[in-house]
Amino acid sequence: MIDGIEVDAKAGATIRSAAETVGIEIPTLCWARNLNPANACRLCVVEVEGTRPLVASCSRTVEDQMVITTNSARVRENRRSVLELLASAVELDWAESELVAHFVEYEARSDHFDGTKLEEASKIHDDLFAREYSRCVLCYRCVDACGDQAQHTFAIAIAGRGFESRVSTEFDVRLPDSACVYCGNCIAVCPTGALTPLTEFVMRTESTWVQERQVVTHTVCAFCGVGCNLELHVQDDNIVKVTSPSDHDISLGNLCIKGRFGWQHLD
Amino acid sequence: MPNVHFGNGQPTTREQEIVEQFLLEPERATHALSERVLVGGPRRATGIRHLLLPGLWALQDSVGWVSPGGLKALCDSLGVPLAEAYGVATFYELLQSEPPPEVLIRQCDDITCMLFSSGNLGVEGSRVGSSCLGQCDSSAAAVVQRPGHGTAIVTESVGASTPVVAAPAGARLLRRIFNGGATTIADYRSVGGYTALEVAIEIGSSGVLGAIQQSGLRGRGGAAFPTGAKWLAVADSLSSTKYVIANADESEPGTFKDRVLMEQDPFALIEALTIAGLTVGADCGWIYIRGEYTLSYARIKSAISEAHSTGFLGADVAGSGRPFDIEVRRGGGAYVCGEETALLQSIEGYRGEPRSKPPYPTSDGLFGQPTLINNVETLVNVLEILHQGPAEWRSVGSAESPGTRLFCLSGHVARPGVYEHPMGTTLGRVLSDAGGVAAGSELQMILLGGAAGGFVSPEQLHVELSFEGARSAGLSLGSGAIVVFDASVDLPKVVARVAKFFANESCGKCVPCRIGTQRQMEIVAGRSGGLRVLDDLDQVMTDSSICGLGQAASSLVRSARNLGVI
Repeated sequence: MIDGIEVDAKAGATIRSAAETVGIEIPTLCWARNLNPANACRLCVVEVEGTRPLVASCSRTVEDQMVITTNSARVRENRRSVLELLASAVELDWAESELVAHFVEYEARSDHFDGTKLEEASKIHDDLFAREYSRCVLCYRCVDACGDQAQHTFAIAIAGRGFESRVSTEFDVRLPDSACVYCGNCIAVCPTGALTPLTEFVMRTESTWVQERQVVTHTVCAFCGVGCNLELHVQDDNIVKVTSPSDHDISLGNLCIKGRFGWQHLD
Repeated sequence: MPNVHFGNGQPTTREQEIVEQFLLEPERATHALSERVLVGGPRRATGIRHLLLPGLWALQDSVGWVSPGGLKALCDSLGVPLAEAYGVATFYELLQSEPPPEVLIRQCDDITCMLFSSGNLGVEGSRVGSSCLGQCDSSAAAVVQRPGHGTAIVTESVGASTPVVAAPAGARLLRRIFNGGATTIADYRSVGGYTALEVAIEIGSSGVLGAIQQSGLRGRGGAAFPTGAKWLAVADSLSSTKYVIANADESEPGTFKDRVLMEQDPFALIEALTIAGLTVGADCGWIYIRGEYTLSYARIKSAISEAHSTGFLGADVAGSGRPFDIEVRRGGGAYVCGEETALLQSIEGYRGEPRSKPPYPTSDGLFGQPTLINNVETLVNVLEILHQGPAEWRSVGSAESPGTRLFCLSGHVARPGVYEHPMGTTLGRVLSDAGGVAAGSELQMILLGGAAGGFVSPEQLHVELSFEGARSAGLSLGSGAIVVFDASVDLPKVVARVAKFFANESCGKCVPCRIGTQRQMEIVAGRSGGLRVLDDLDQVMTDSSICGLGQAASSLVRSARNLGVI
């Protein structure tokens, strides 16, 4: 029973996905369609009857006769606080539009909690990646994509503890000295702009990145025979970024260095 | 084998040797090839990743830090990605990932030690502050780390008597310690050691399960979960591989009872864990000891080896025909690893970040197998239940909270130490049996249950210390810590220290706790914002944090506000 609606869910389904089948949308941040739930941001919390704390709907699986409330005042207050805590610590002005919409939906104020921000200088060690951890919400998506859920490269992990936790290479070595293979699958899953292709980073810092002027063209990568689908983001006749649809059954949003960064030969 | 990068840092000859020696230790070799690792569950159990934390300790204690070269040598041998291993090393307070000073002193400045203006404890070196080290009965205390000389605890009793171990209403758990302790198997046997195991073998698994359920024993680690139900769940599961774990990661500020038990009565824990293993059907047990408890670690290790040579551990435990073995893990300095699923992650060689529950460890525990996890004091109670029988055992205490409880008294109390009392004894009685407030001062406040507990004012000394008694007064027994503050104490400073404790110890995985504990610390220290947002922090941390750490992180601040302390 979700919000008073009887739901017939598959065994093993999560509360979030069961709710989705009856048109109830639960906000998420760390969850991504092509990764296992990290259960870190706690934006997707819901009330489950008989359980004192709220539960994360992204990872909690449904049980027979479960009674779930997804949008009570208590749930909304907690979601608002989670958003306000995030805004108090990191810059969210480059975040994906869904996150911006959640702030409006839950009437979250970015100045509600005041305190130390995550201050980290930009890390740009090559011509492809820009990393700005002052924008990082530690959603674990990049770590999981680099690790055993997609790329199996293991170049980055969470290091440190508590508020000092950061996504890091070993001993914080520069990316070219790490195991990184520059597939950019970490960039693809980052929801806040902490990881961007250098092209996007430069345009954003120069304020020439204008989403409204961009057209997305779908094509298939021509480098090899796998058949990864590409989305070419074009602004003013120039390719500014390449992504892959996360729901495509060949690439699941993943690409390699050639597909993601090797578009300079295209007209 | 993943596409693993082994980095450019080169190990020194010494570091290479340390790693090679570490892997050659007889127990390592057997473990790498043991049945447990080969069939012990899905992916995580197929490697030897669980040797990561002990390997990091080998480097730390020998060369004083985990250097890029040392980490590379270790990762090379274990097949662990460097970045992940670095993430694990930096998770733990006691592991250095920067070149160490000659002498590093981590001096406790937590709620008990902060009350005593301590000197330098007779050691010179670089000093940093530390969370509670569990030496509150003889505070001040510090951990001293020196390259080549490992990790050691130094303590100095400041203005207090020597630590006391007492049971004013009769000793059960502290029986042997009363008679001078039992650190050798001969001593232990001479005071009736291993007779509970004989009983357990005689009455069999169902007999033991029945006795524990009838006893009504509830967990002493803080959550008060019915022990019998846990044992039954693991015993009933059909998996061919199961584990039992003693949670000896005692880290709640003001708590030191498990340390006293392990230091002075190590065989009791080993016997109880053996009974747990035989009862639920596990061949392998683990004892996860907090990293700062170096004496406990040494005593437990030596006791295990004696138990081996006398047939109380090994292929045929005490003639039962059943195998049982115990492996000891040393924590790296992280309060959160006392949370049971974080503890599992830590043993498996990952960062000590809690898992989502359910599934619970009783069905999906260590290496994905059904696992029984009990606190040290809980396990030692099992011996008494089997000795006395459940009816006699529950004749003390209350119906809902049968048995006795160990309380840790520290701070401005005349005789700090571990005290055993029947459940339901009043707080006032417990305090007066410890000599009351230290001479020449007046009681201002008591902290019950540690950092995750709450304040008790002098008007509430009639509170009965049982699960239900504490609950009805809006309190929690927690870990059994009782810290006494006299009139001279600046209580807001205590609250600020506790807020700092949670900010330091949050693992950082979930937003409510990672950022919430940081904001709470800043606000309570007066560095930002106003008290007005504390309610919002309290709600989001209590409701939405993943584990008990975050869910309890605002409990003392709330209690202090209710009593007008801040």
